Amino acid sequence: MPFEWFVAIRYLRDSRAQTVLILAAVSIGVSVIVFLSALIGGLQASLLKRTLDTQPHVTLAPEELVARPLLRENVRAAVTIERSPQRLQSIHRWRTLLDQVERVRGVVAASPTVTGAAFASRGVAQRPVVVRAIDPERFVAVVDVRSRVTRGRYRLTGNDVLIGKGLAELLGSQVGDKVRVSTGDGREALVIVRGVFDLGNESIDERWIFVPLRIGQTLFDMPGGASTIELRVGEVFEAERIGVELADLTGLEADSWMKINEQLLVGLRSQESSKLMIQVFVVIAVALGIASVLIVSVVQKSREIGILRAVGSSSGRVLRIFLIQGGVLGLLGSIVGSALGAAFSLFFERLATGPDGSPTFPVDLSPELFVGASALAIGIGLVSALLPARRASRLDPATAIRNG
Amino acid sequence: MADEEASVLRVERVVKDFGEGIVTRVLHGIDLELARGELAALIGPSGSGKSTLLNLVGLLDRPTSGRIVLSGRDTSDLDDEEITLLRGRLIGFVFQFHHLLPAFTAEENVVLPSFAQEGWASAEMRRHAVEVLAAVGLGGRAKARVTELSGGQQQRVAIARALAHRPALVLADEPTGNLDTASADEVFELMRTLNRERGTTFLVVTHDERIAERCGRIIHIRDGRIVEPERAAPRALGGPG
Repeated sequence: MPFEWFVAIRYLRDSRAQTVLILAAVSIGVSVIVFLSALIGGLQASLLKRTLDTQPHVTLAPEELVARPLLRENVRAAVTIERSPQRLQSIHRWRTLLDQVERVRGVVAASPTVTGAAFASRGVAQRPVVVRAIDPERFVAVVDVRSRVTRGRYRLTGNDVLIGKGLAELLGSQVGDKVRVSTGDGREALVIVRGVFDLGNESIDERWIFVPLRIGQTLFDMPGGASTIELRVGEVFEAERIGVELADLTGLEADSWMKINEQLLVGLRSQESSKLMIQVFVVIAVALGIASVLIVSVVQKSREIGILRAVGSSSGRVLRIFLIQGGVLGLLGSIVGSALGAAFSLFFERLATGPDGSPTFPVDLSPELFVGASALAIGIGLVSALLPARRASRLDPATAIRNG
Repeated sequence: MADEEASVLRVERVVKDFGEGIVTRVLHGIDLELARGELAALIGPSGSGKSTLLNLVGLLDRPTSGRIVLSGRDTSDLDDEEITLLRGRLIGFVFQFHHLLPAFTAEENVVLPSFAQEGWASAEMRRHAVEVLAAVGLGGRAKARVTELSGGQQQRVAIARALAHRPALVLADEPTGNLDTASADEVFELMRTLNRERGTTFLVVTHDERIAERCGRIIHIRDGRIVEPERAAPRALGGPG
């Protein structure tokens, strides 16, 4: 074993009570960081998943219709321009644009849709619905509806439809029942319920109805058209940037989930800031703990340091002896703290569960969390040992031996 | 003046001042030479400059002026790291309060100087440390923590530590000052034996006239000056001891 490691570890073993106390402090600090990060990370991941499970990451649609006054040159007039009524528009050359957007870096899936308002009726029951006309194979890569089908099958051919769990209850429909879908301008289609989905969102489950793209085109008088292109991206927090890039590329209007769910993002950022603040205070407390213990150690051992210097230890070797002590305290603290934090997180996760058995407080114990916490603890150990280590390495051997 | 080969230590016109503003001169132009294999006592009253001279000779401090030559090497122009290396290689220290490292065993304390210089403790270093411990009569206590040893045994370990890396010069600062008479005699006899058998050069600072009388040479220091001619006495090497 190299000299510096040998002396450092012997000093830590020799000052057992001090070492155990500071190790406990570092471990508790690391466990708090692991627990908080796992809990907040888990909550964030759960919130994001619930949000993104039911919506595309980016939606491309034609720009809104805007009324413009037709004025000749040199004519001045006081006008009030009212927002023009919006009608469903098809994207011009949507197949070409679909090919283009699929090739954009970061986009993992794209699907054309026709989305519009209609009524669904069965017997005397009638409900307003949002018709989502999709290409089933493409769309499932954007929003995984297939895994959310709880009754029947994910099949959309001919006159098949999928309806939400809530809507099925409101219409009293079962798989295999016929439902009539009609739009405001009198177009209608008789469709057969092939599956019932549960997207975990009551509002969506009571209103959405998935139909084949062709039926949507017929219902909304858009032969061969698509009103939106919906996309999934690889990195969810890149959605806004990719949306802007796609808007520039296609000339369409892009809405990312980040723009639509701004309040959710504000909430996530607030959580992140709170987590960071707590981590900073824990890091400061741990650093002060390690530094104070090592400073006391340098004072207690100054005569021994003088002896080490007298017998030929360079100041660099003495510096490393104390840096190693800081690093070892950080490493051991990170191991114990990670185990404690993980155990506490899993215990907390099992404390409360929802009606479906899923945890109320899901935790995210990723390997990156442990690697990050360990690197942080070792870093804190080294940085907080720097001051006492420098002090030790600069001790004058003659003075240290005489006065130590 | 002995030639460079025979001379282990040469101190030339060494002056040492302390303080800034109000300067106190502690050593006033010391000249001193130790030949290889000498056992010399440095005696003088408290405050005469013994420890200051020992620190300078041991390269723990630097003179204000003058030069110190160790084994033919002028130390005046060396930087701190070179001084540390030279000190580790050429000098062995024995202190009054042994100053062993309590967290370590006797063997580990003895191997410390070589270990600190090389960065690694080889099996050969450890074997040699055990041999040196045996030479000072502690062959069976190599694995004992130094806190488990008596005062006399601890001082023997300190002597073993000073010798283990085969230094050119051993500086002993009141090596028997903290021991009872019987232990003091034992420890001093050990140093004399090592001096005679191994040819190790010793410079021993002591207040004890009895100890000084048994050294091959006595150097008197008073008020920062070497004050008396060296008393004629049988040389340790080759002499009756």
